[in-house]
Amino acid sequence: MSYIILYALLGVGLFVLGLYALIIHAHLLRKILAINVMGTGVFLVLVALAARHQDAPPDPVPHAMVITGIVVAVSATALALILMLKVYAATGKTELHDGKPD
Amino acid sequence: MTGDLLGIPWAVLLILLPLIGGLACFLLPSLSKSLGLLCALAILVAVGGLGWQLAENGAQRYAIGGWGAPLGIDLYADGLSLLMLVMAALVGLGVSVYSSAYFNGDKARHFWPLWLFLWAALNALFLSADIFNLYVTLELLGLAAVALVALAGGADALNAAMRYLLVSLLGSLFYLLGVALIYHGFGSVDIAILAQRIEPSPAAWSAVGLMSAGLLLKTALFPMHFWLPAAHASAPAPVSALLSALVVKAPFYILLRLWLEIFSPTGAAPGQLLGQLLGLLGAAAVLWGGIQALRQTRLKLLIAYSTVAQLGYLFLAFPLGTSIAWKGVFYLLLSHALAKAAMFMAAGNILYFCGHDRITDLDGVAQRLPLTLAAFSLAGVSIMGLPPSGGFVAKWLLLETALRSGQWWWAAILILGGLLAAAYIFQVIGHAFTQADAPAETGLVPARMEWTAVMFAFAAILLGFFATDAFELIGIGAPTSGVSGG
Amino acid sequence: MNLAQSLPLLVVASSLVPGAIIFFLDEKQTVARIFLNMAGALIKLALAGVMLWGIVHGYHYEIRLPLLPGIDLFLRAGPLAMLFVTLSATLWLLTTIYAIGYLEDSPHRSRFFGFFSLCVTATAGLALAGNLLTFLLFYELLTLATYPLIVHRGTEEARLAGRNYLIYTIGGGALLLLATVWLYTLTGTLEFTARGFLSGLDAVHHPALIVIFVLFIAGLGVKAALLPFHGWLPQAMVAPAPVSALLHAVAVVKAGAFGIVRVVYDVYGIEFAADLGVTLPLAILASATIIYGSVRALFQDDLKRRLAFSTVSQVSYIALGVAVVGPIATIGGLVHLVHQGIQKVTLFFCAGNLAETLGIHKVSEMNGVARRMPWTMTAFTISALGMIGLPPLTGFISKWYLGMGALDAGQNWVIFILAGSSLLNAAYFLPIVYAAWFKPSPSTWPHERSFGALETAWPLLLPPIITAALTLGLGLLASSPISPLEWVRFIASREFAP
Repeated sequence: MSYIILYALLGVGLFVLGLYALIIHAHLLRKILAINVMGTGVFLVLVALAARHQDAPPDPVPHAMVITGIVVAVSATALALILMLKVYAATGKTELHDGKPD
Repeated sequence: MTGDLLGIPWAVLLILLPLIGGLACFLLPSLSKSLGLLCALAILVAVGGLGWQLAENGAQRYAIGGWGAPLGIDLYADGLSLLMLVMAALVGLGVSVYSSAYFNGDKARHFWPLWLFLWAALNALFLSADIFNLYVTLELLGLAAVALVALAGGADALNAAMRYLLVSLLGSLFYLLGVALIYHGFGSVDIAILAQRIEPSPAAWSAVGLMSAGLLLKTALFPMHFWLPAAHASAPAPVSALLSALVVKAPFYILLRLWLEIFSPTGAAPGQLLGQLLGLLGAAAVLWGGIQALRQTRLKLLIAYSTVAQLGYLFLAFPLGTSIAWKGVFYLLLSHALAKAAMFMAAGNILYFCGHDRITDLDGVAQRLPLTLAAFSLAGVSIMGLPPSGGFVAKWLLLETALRSGQWWWAAILILGGLLAAAYIFQVIGHAFTQADAPAETGLVPARMEWTAVMFAFAAILLGFFATDAFELIGIGAPTSGVSGG
Repeated sequence: MNLAQSLPLLVVASSLVPGAIIFFLDEKQTVARIFLNMAGALIKLALAGVMLWGIVHGYHYEIRLPLLPGIDLFLRAGPLAMLFVTLSATLWLLTTIYAIGYLEDSPHRSRFFGFFSLCVTATAGLALAGNLLTFLLFYELLTLATYPLIVHRGTEEARLAGRNYLIYTIGGGALLLLATVWLYTLTGTLEFTARGFLSGLDAVHHPALIVIFVLFIAGLGVKAALLPFHGWLPQAMVAPAPVSALLHAVAVVKAGAFGIVRVVYDVYGIEFAADLGVTLPLAILASATIIYGSVRALFQDDLKRRLAFSTVSQVSYIALGVAVVGPIATIGGLVHLVHQGIQKVTLFFCAGNLAETLGIHKVSEMNGVARRMPWTMTAFTISALGMIGLPPLTGFISKWYLGMGALDAGQNWVIFILAGSSLLNAAYFLPIVYAAWFKPSPSTWPHERSFGALETAWPLLLPPIITAALTLGLGLLASSPISPLEWVRFIASREFAP
């Protein structure tokens, strides 16, 4: 039981770490990576909690969810990357400029 | 014959139609306008079919592929889903008509598949019966919406789209973490099953907290609205209309479902507290959004901040909690969608005509674009909550509940919010009536774009006359059965 | 739903439908526009006549459409409603004729007449409203429909006046909404009932009812230009003359006064209101407004502003008549609803004629003007004397009943208010009349225009002559069975049945 909790806590740790990075880093690539770390954290939680008992076979449903989640995350990352390149092309910056459009 | 029509799985069609339409537009870009419009009409028919089905047989549940929960994917449709689907179908049809004149060439080639995919995600979301499917559809919706914002090109729009994407992904991840906790704690993701199994526990409450936080971020509830004005204002006009009318409502719908069917019936003290907190944030949004709207110099930003304020009203029902208050919120969802779509389209027409949307330079618009100004003004009547309009019905019901339960401070917020709305809307109208020296150059805005805006605004007004019929339809399957009556 | 029942709806539609069509007319389609305007006005007047006849003969006209869960859109042609409908239908017809003449060749006429018709639609609707929700609906519609008329000229001054108008009236509307919803949560009904529907309510709610009453009076007082809420009215004078006539005599100000009458008689019930102790403060507020408006009018050189402050003063007679509590004062207040309308519309027509024909906007420019425009100034003089309350004109009838009513109710102090107000009325009207008739005229007028044989265009001349004749005629024939006074007696007898 304990190492299941350990994995789950590790997942939560990754989530928090990613959130922290997302907030403090300005560079868009780092932000995108941070989001991915957070996602991985959530997936880890899902997979870890799927093992309800140490001996019983794990619950398949969270695995299905994780696979779906990974597909979604890959497409989101692709969109984020292309958008980042476009922002760079349009503004010459790899950061979001603050404030409102003028 | 009628039996055959009733047997058609209209709900499934509602997801397949835009999906296939989107693919077809992607493969046959030269036909995308006609395909898109055709698809929009077909969806309207399908929503009609579903509504008929619900009226005849009550709430519906479909097991796609016959697997059934927990492994298969279930669809569920009741009065609340129907309301959201009707809203999407109406706004979708109007936006399609508007866009067929607004977008041309390359932009059109990109717009139609994205828009139809967005529509598919939206319909799927409103029909989802489990909280994981809601996550998937919400994420797809977000991706399509971001791509549509980026369609405007230009540094501002790309910047806003990027921020929107990050916020959207962040919100979804919070939500998903909550889903993981719920599944672990109660062994299901199906809303109906969860409604029976859920019990107040630390795990349940942390899940509620995580999911709500994610959804509130995506609904742009004050103070998490920071991303919304830029994204909604810098997108192309029809996309702005979609975002404000439909897309922000999707996470709110999920919150509503969770609250009405899973969290609220548990009725524990933390729920009361959360309800009060949401109400407070909503009130702050109403005031802050209104004041910010008043301070804007650009029309589209003004309308975007108005969305922030109007979204705030939706949260006033959480502390009130009666079925009458929820009815008010349901009606506000619909009337705001129509009115706000009309406003963004009107702003789009003005931009199209003047080349700018600076409010102080709107002189003489009333003379040169009378239909557009009429659309803006009529939509404004509903946004201000003046009778007769859908906005008025909603405001009345919320006011009634607030005063009946002695919580007069929510009533004060409703009244103040209405006054602020009047102030920012008439700021625009006042400038539009002034005399202009510039020669009139009418005829530049396609008639289709002006008339769609007018029709939406008119629909928002007409809603004021059909409240009793609408509430009968929304009541199918008793979506508010979990909360206390009267 | 048979035809007879739908008559109230038709009265509302008779200006709504032409108005909606007029919006889409081209500027140059003058004939079509005039036809629609006149047809709507005549049909409305005819329908009002039919309903008057029907009510006298015991028919009932009412129609309901579901609007909110539990509350209907409810139109009912009761005696009080018909008083206001007939007044507004008559004056609308005249004002339409006047406006057609006044706005000849000016820009944006389709827009103007569209909103003009919407205004009268709203007025007819709130006159016929059978419950507070319906009243509220048309009250707000009236606000929205008058705004474009006030800013019609499109100048910066007009825009600011419009903005001020909205600040007052939207604020007032919000208070009215709050009061209405609050009342609904206490009673579960909003339907106007003779002698009110609140007296049965538990005494626990009486403090709430007093607060609600204050909210009502504040919300309605904005349009009725009661004392702290009158600021928008003089500013709104930038609007074209027919709009001023409409605001002061037919629609806006009257809507507020009519609303106060409705709330006091048919929501609270006059006796219950007196028991609550809210009528005396209302009487004092009305009296203060009467004196304040008159004093301010004294010092205005701009003719329309002087008339505007005169309206502030005169409309409060209606509220005063209501608040004095008694059958005779009620008659005085209600009949003044009609009399003030007819007199004030004449004065604004005349002011418009002076401005259009000679370019005169100021009292100080009016020396000898009666020799140049005798018909206009005769009409002006009759109405001004009516305002002062000279017998046998209509204004005298109002003031007589108000005074007798006050004595009857034991409120002798009201007599001093009436006397003081009449003196002030004389002080700000008689110098105008004297200067116009007896002072030597200047060699040139500010902006003279020639209209052939007549002193001004006939559509501008006919309406004031008719309304001045009514001022005289309704005063002389006050005791005849078809006069407004008799109708008002009939209404009052319902409120004070033994």
